[in-house]
Amino acid sequence: MKPGYYFWSGDIAAAEGAIAAGCRFYAGYPITPSSEIAERMALRLPQEGGKFIEMEDEIGSIAAIIGASWTGEKVMTATAGPGISLMNENIGLAAMTEVPIVVVNAMRGAPSTGLPTLIGQGDLMQAKWGSHGSYEIISLYPDSVQETFDLMIDAFNYAEKYRVPVMFLIDAMLAHMYEKIYVPPEDEIVRIERKRPTTPPEETLIYKADDDLIPPMPRIGEGYKIHASGLTHNEKGYPELTPQAQEKLVRRLNDKIRKHAEEIWKVEEYKTEDADVIVVAMGSESRSVRLAVDLARREGIKAGMLRLITIWPFPYKFIEKYNVPYIVAEINYGQIYHKVREYTQDVELLPKMGGEIHKPDEVLRAIRRMVQ
Amino acid sequence: MNYEKEEFFAPGHGMCAGCAAPIIVKWVLKLAGPNTIVVNATGCLEVATTAYPRTSWRVPWLHVAFENAAAAASGVEAAARAKGEKLNIIAFGGDGGTADIGFQALSGMVERGHNVLYVLYDNEAYMNTGIQRSGATPWGAWTTTSKVGSANPIGKLQPKKPVARIIAAHNAKYVATANPAIFNDFKKKVQKALSYEGARFLHVISSCTTGWRHDPSKTVEIMRLASDTGIFPLWEVVDGDLENMRITYKPKKFKPVEEYLKPQGRFRHLLKNPEYVKKLQEQVDAWWAKYGHHYNP
Repeated sequence: MKPGYYFWSGDIAAAEGAIAAGCRFYAGYPITPSSEIAERMALRLPQEGGKFIEMEDEIGSIAAIIGASWTGEKVMTATAGPGISLMNENIGLAAMTEVPIVVVNAMRGAPSTGLPTLIGQGDLMQAKWGSHGSYEIISLYPDSVQETFDLMIDAFNYAEKYRVPVMFLIDAMLAHMYEKIYVPPEDEIVRIERKRPTTPPEETLIYKADDDLIPPMPRIGEGYKIHASGLTHNEKGYPELTPQAQEKLVRRLNDKIRKHAEEIWKVEEYKTEDADVIVVAMGSESRSVRLAVDLARREGIKAGMLRLITIWPFPYKFIEKYNVPYIVAEINYGQIYHKVREYTQDVELLPKMGGEIHKPDEVLRAIRRMVQ
Repeated sequence: MNYEKEEFFAPGHGMCAGCAAPIIVKWVLKLAGPNTIVVNATGCLEVATTAYPRTSWRVPWLHVAFENAAAAASGVEAAARAKGEKLNIIAFGGDGGTADIGFQALSGMVERGHNVLYVLYDNEAYMNTGIQRSGATPWGAWTTTSKVGSANPIGKLQPKKPVARIIAAHNAKYVATANPAIFNDFKKKVQKALSYEGARFLHVISSCTTGWRHDPSKTVEIMRLASDTGIFPLWEVVDGDLENMRITYKPKKFKPVEEYLKPQGRFRHLLKNPEYVKKLQEQVDAWWAKYGHHYNP
């Protein structure tokens, strides 16, 4: 898009952010509240020389982008609710075979069909633990249309840099909310491309990692011997079904994210420096919490907000940084609350089952309770 | 018993004015009677008939996930049969829940031979999520994911998935295509499907005023044109015997496909180029040249 100001929804910003990041392949299956992302991509990718395909379901959608990523393209799919549950087997496959993909999940009220058009934050744990096994992925969660666009560029950069699936969380409220947004000029957009092998095919082992624990990724069909398997594999990519190979591979898959966690962490610390109580919030929920913090300050309560933008890997050092009571305000019955509790005993959950965010008053009452 | 005067699908639901799906469901249930369990895939029918805090369903009704109406119906049927109960088990799904995401479950249900009547109400796109193309969307139709513009002046580039023929090829007990606007044929086929034991499949065309972009008062007229132009042929197959497919309806004289395209906004762009109309007419003519000899009313 030409640089300048636009009036977009979160869904449109997600699609345009992806295109700005270099995404040229999208496979998807419509589901509320993410369908507008597919519709935007259907319109825009052909204009950008990219390819949009609609698949027969969500399993097909994520599998298609995994395949397309091997051709060297930056790829994305988007879904929500039941769709993200269907995609989870393939999230594990992409993590195991180290394929850069970006998956947008527009969280809606759940479980099951739940509240298709209304907000939920019930997929925060699933984003990390959705597929079977022990693996690390990256998950980001913006709180505005502008941040959706900007953060999507980071999402693609992380996927490419770490060869990992990035779960890009938004929520039903953000997906359908329209705001003014600024698209920066082309030369202000920083794009990272995946590492490619520098050695000739006969000297290259496709799963041999560099010192940063990330193996370079060849394009499929350009002469490198690619043997990608969901089975536990060695550096050639061949199955090696032993505890030793498992130890080496799965430890590296986790460590390549854990050891770079601090580069991946993004949080917003809103009025936290002198705070006596901090509310942890994410996504659309944080917009209400921000107001509650301001209202509390007006009453003389030193409140602050720690907004998690990176959800996974969990930015725990920011929890440890403050020695104050915490409130975790989330649209579920306690998910990130348990993560926060790993790092502090002084924490209270402010839950909501879904359908709406907390009213600022509800958060304010919780803040008052906490400082009494 | 004749339940034609009774309603098992209550009025007052939220389906759009001019939607054909309620006509189909209402008549399937009238002909099936009260001894019926309905399994309903996610879709317009599920959403719009169960708006809080009411329901249109006067028979037991299970809503399952998008992809598994046929599998859940298989479970109901196998368990009911094990308990010696005789019931009509009817699954309703749209074209997405049947031909695309639900296809694996449907294929399994038919292959295992469950005693279920599966009714596909085919409005030829994902209308519930906002008119995205499906495997059952016909060639040349505009949808929000087969957009029409300079890069693609046609819309959907692939032909409609022949889902009823595919299911018949599973050796299903009874497979038919039907059109509620050709009512006698439709009614006969529902009755026939209900009379058989085994996996049965009805592929019923179902206009969507919103997605097809037509005047809501023209629903029946347009659906009639679907069969009178030969675009949606009406036939039946018993025991998977596709060689002996029986075409049950043929107009005295086929109308040109333009007449079907004209009242529908989703095809408006095709009319701008006679080549496209010709291409569609050729597709239709080719089907009838290949299968027309099966006409046997």
